[in-house]
Amino acid sequence: MLRVCLKGANSAARKCLCGNGVPLHPLQQCRSYTSGGSGSSAGKIVAASVLTVGGGVGGTILYANWDPKFRANVEKSIPYSDQVFGLALGPAAPPPVINKPRKVEPVQISSMSEMWKDSKQPKAKEVEKKAEQPDAEGPPAPAPQETLEEASAQVAQILSAIGEVPSVPAPGTHEAEAVPPPAALKGVPAAAAKCTECEHEPAVKERPEGEVAARLAEQDKAEQDLLTSLSSNLEDALGSTAKVTLQAIGAQEAALQAIAQHTRQLREAMEAEAPPDKKSTQWRVLEDALSERSRSVDEAGAAVLKAKAELDKLRGVIDGAKHLKIAAARPSILAAEENLHSMVVDLDSVVTRVQTAQSEAKIVSQYSELVNEAKAQFQKELNSITPEIQANWKGLTGKLTQDDLNSLIAHAHRRIDQMNRELAEQRVREQIHIDSALEQQKLEDKKALEVAVSTALEHNREQMRLEQEKKVEETREVMEAEMRTQLRRQAAAHTDHLRDVLKVQEQELRSEAEEANPEQLKETEYRRLTQDQLDSFTLDMNAAYARLKGMEEAIDSHVIAEEEARKAHQLWLSVEALNYTLKTAALNDPTEPLEGAVQAIKESCAEDEFAQALATALPSESLSRGVYSEASLRARFYAIRQLARRVALIDETRNSLYQYFLSYLQAMLLFEKAQEAPPAKLSAEDLDTFKLLSYAAYSLEHGDLELAAKLVNQLKGESRRVAQDWLKEARLTLETKQVVSLLSAYANAVGLGTTMAP
Amino acid sequence: MSEKELGKKLDRCLADSAVKLGAGLGLGIVFSVVFFKRHTWPVAFGLGMGLGMAYTNCQNDLRAPYLIQRNIKVIAKRQ
Repeated sequence: MLRVCLKGANSAARKCLCGNGVPLHPLQQCRSYTSGGSGSSAGKIVAASVLTVGGGVGGTILYANWDPKFRANVEKSIPYSDQVFGLALGPAAPPPVINKPRKVEPVQISSMSEMWKDSKQPKAKEVEKKAEQPDAEGPPAPAPQETLEEASAQVAQILSAIGEVPSVPAPGTHEAEAVPPPAALKGVPAAAAKCTECEHEPAVKERPEGEVAARLAEQDKAEQDLLTSLSSNLEDALGSTAKVTLQAIGAQEAALQAIAQHTRQLREAMEAEAPPDKKSTQWRVLEDALSERSRSVDEAGAAVLKAKAELDKLRGVIDGAKHLKIAAARPSILAAEENLHSMVVDLDSVVTRVQTAQSEAKIVSQYSELVNEAKAQFQKELNSITPEIQANWKGLTGKLTQDDLNSLIAHAHRRIDQMNRELAEQRVREQIHIDSALEQQKLEDKKALEVAVSTALEHNREQMRLEQEKKVEETREVMEAEMRTQLRRQAAAHTDHLRDVLKVQEQELRSEAEEANPEQLKETEYRRLTQDQLDSFTLDMNAAYARLKGMEEAIDSHVIAEEEARKAHQLWLSVEALNYTLKTAALNDPTEPLEGAVQAIKESCAEDEFAQALATALPSESLSRGVYSEASLRARFYAIRQLARRVALIDETRNSLYQYFLSYLQAMLLFEKAQEAPPAKLSAEDLDTFKLLSYAAYSLEHGDLELAAKLVNQLKGESRRVAQDWLKEARLTLETKQVVSLLSAYANAVGLGTTMAP
Repeated sequence: MSEKELGKKLDRCLADSAVKLGAGLGLGIVFSVVFFKRHTWPVAFGLGMGLGMAYTNCQNDLRAPYLIQRNIKVIAKRQ
C-alpha cells in the first residue's frame, strides 16, 4: 500500500513536472505513465484491500478455531459473527457439565412373612401324616396308644412351627398361655380399683391411689416380662427336645428295620439250598446286612442318648420355671410337662421294640450257628471216610466203588446208631434242661416284669401328678374369681354404710341449729341495722373527700397544662424563626448562618430532650455558613451536567489527553433525553453517566432534591469528581431541611397535645 | 468548586502550550540560523519539541488526581 501511495505521489509529481516541462514526448510519456499508473494502481489497491480483508477474516477464523475464549470474545463484540463461525467451524463446544452422583436407592429387603405363611399349612399336614405312620407300625398297647397319638399330634404341631421361623411359637402352647395372662391382667386392675375405693372411705391414711396403681402396674409389667421370657425358654427347650426325640425315634425305627431284614436274610440263607456261587453272594449280602444292622443299632443308641440328655435339660427348665411361681405361667408349664411325659413314653416304647427285635435276631443267629456247626461236622466225617469225594456227591454215583458204598452205608448206620443213642440221652436230659430253662425263663420274666411294672408305675405316677396339678390350677382360678366378687360386695356395703352415717349426722346438726333462742336473733338484727347506718355514712364521707381531692388535682393539672402549652408555643415560635431564616437564601448565595435561630430553640426548650437532640443534630456548616437553597442548587446543576457529560469517559484507567478528546467527541455526538423519569429500581444499564444525569434533571425539575442527589451519587470517575462539591452542598441542604422539618413537626405535635378541648 | 477545576486546568494547559511552542519556535529559529544554515528542519524540530512538552505537561496535570502517592498504601482485594 505504501508503494502504491509512493507511486501515486510519483505520478502526481511527474504530472506536475510534465506540466511545467513542454516537449510532447515526455507528455505522452507522462500520459502513458499516468494512465497506466492510475489503472494499475487502482487494480492493485483493490487487490491489496481484498487480500488484507480476506487475510484478516481467515486469520480470525483460524485462531477462533484454536482458542475458544477468543471465539467467545469475538462473538460477543461483533454481531452476527457467531453465525459466521457456526457456518465455518460448527457450533461451539459447550462447557463441561458436572453430573451429580446418582443417589443409590436403598435395597428393599422383602419380608419373609409371605413365605412362611404359605408354607406353614402344607408342612403341618405333611408332618401329621408322617406322625400317623409310626402309630400303625408300633405294637398296640391301649394306654400308650392314646398318649402316642396325642403326643404325635402335638409334636407335629411343634415341628411345623419350628420348621420355619423360630420366632413363631407352637400354636398349642401359645394359645394356652395367651388366654390366662389377659384374664389375670384384667383381674388385677379391677382389684386395684376396688382397693383404691376402699382407701377413700375410712379415715386411716393409706398409701395414695396413684402409688398403688403404679406399683401394681410395675408388678404386672415385671410378671409379664418374666412370663414372656419363660414361655420363650419353654418353647425353645420343647422344640429342641422334640426334634432330638423324633430323631432318636427315627433312628430306632431304622435299626428295627435293619435287624428285621438281617434276620430274614439269615433265615433264607439257612433254609435255601442254592448252588455254591449263589451261596457266596448270599453270604456277602448277609454280611452287608449284618454291618448295616450293627451300624444302625449304634446310631440308634447314640440318638437315644442324645434324646435322653435333651429330655433331662427340658425337665431342668421346667423345674426352674416352677420355682419362679408365677400363677399365669402354670398352664404353659403343665402343657410342657405333658409334652415331656409323652415324649419319654414314646422313646421307651420304641427302645423296647428294638430290644425284642434284637433278642429275636440273636435266637435266629444262634440257630444259624448251630446249623452251620452240624453241617460242618457232617462234612468232616464224610471227608474222613471218603476223602476223594467232593461236596456235592449226589451226582457222582457212577464213580463210587462197592467198597466205598459199603463203607458209606456202614458209616451211615453207625451215625444212625449214634444219633439214636444221643436222642435217648437227650430225652433223658430233656426234662432237666426244660426245668432249668423254665427256671431261667421265670427269672428273666420276673426281671422283665419288674422293669415293665416300674416303668408303667412311673408313667402312671407322672400322669396322676399332672392331672392333680391341672385340678389345682382350676380350683385356684375359681377361688380367685370368688374372692374378687366378695371384695366387690364388701366395697359396696362400705359405701352404703357411709351414706347412712352422713344422713344421720345432717339431721342431728339441723335440729341443733333450729333450737337457737329467738331473743338472740332480735339482738343480732338490731346490731346489723346500726352497722348498716355507719357504713353508709362512711361511704358518703369518702365520696365527698374523693371529690374534693379530684377538684384539687384538676386545678393543679390545669396549671401544668397551661405551662406546657406556653412552652410548646415558645418552641413553635422559635422553629418558625428557623424556618424563616432558611428562606433568606439568595439565588447563588447561601442563607444566613442558622446559629442564632438554633440558639433560640435551645433556650426555649431547655428540658425537652428530643428538641435538644435535634437542635444539636444540625450540621456545623449550616450553623456557621448557612445552606444553599434548592433553587440555587438546581441552577448550578445544569453547569455540572454539561461538564459531567464532557468528561464522561475519564476515570482512573482512561485519563490521557487523547481520552479527553474522545470524551469531548462523545459528548458532542451523543444525544440523550434532557429529562427522563427514573425507574423505581436502577438496573445495571441505568448506571450510565448520561442516563443518570437525565434522571437527576427530571427529579430536580419535579422538586425531588433527595432523589437527584442519590442519582448523582451513582456517578463514577471524573464525572463524580466534578460533581463532588455540588453533592456536598446538596447533602447539607437536605440534612438541614430534614432536621428543621422534624423540629417543626415536633413543635406542632406538642402544641396539639397541649391544647385543651373546649 | 470542583466543577471549576477542569476549566482552570485547561487554561493552564493552553497557557503552557503557548509558552512552550513559542519557546520552541524561538530556539528553533536561533539554532537554524546559527548552526544549521537556515534549514527549516530545526524550526520544525523545536516546534515539535515544544508541542510535545506542552502535551505531556497538560496530560500530567489532568492526571494528577489519579496518581497514587508513595505515602498512600494501596490494598488489593484478593479475587
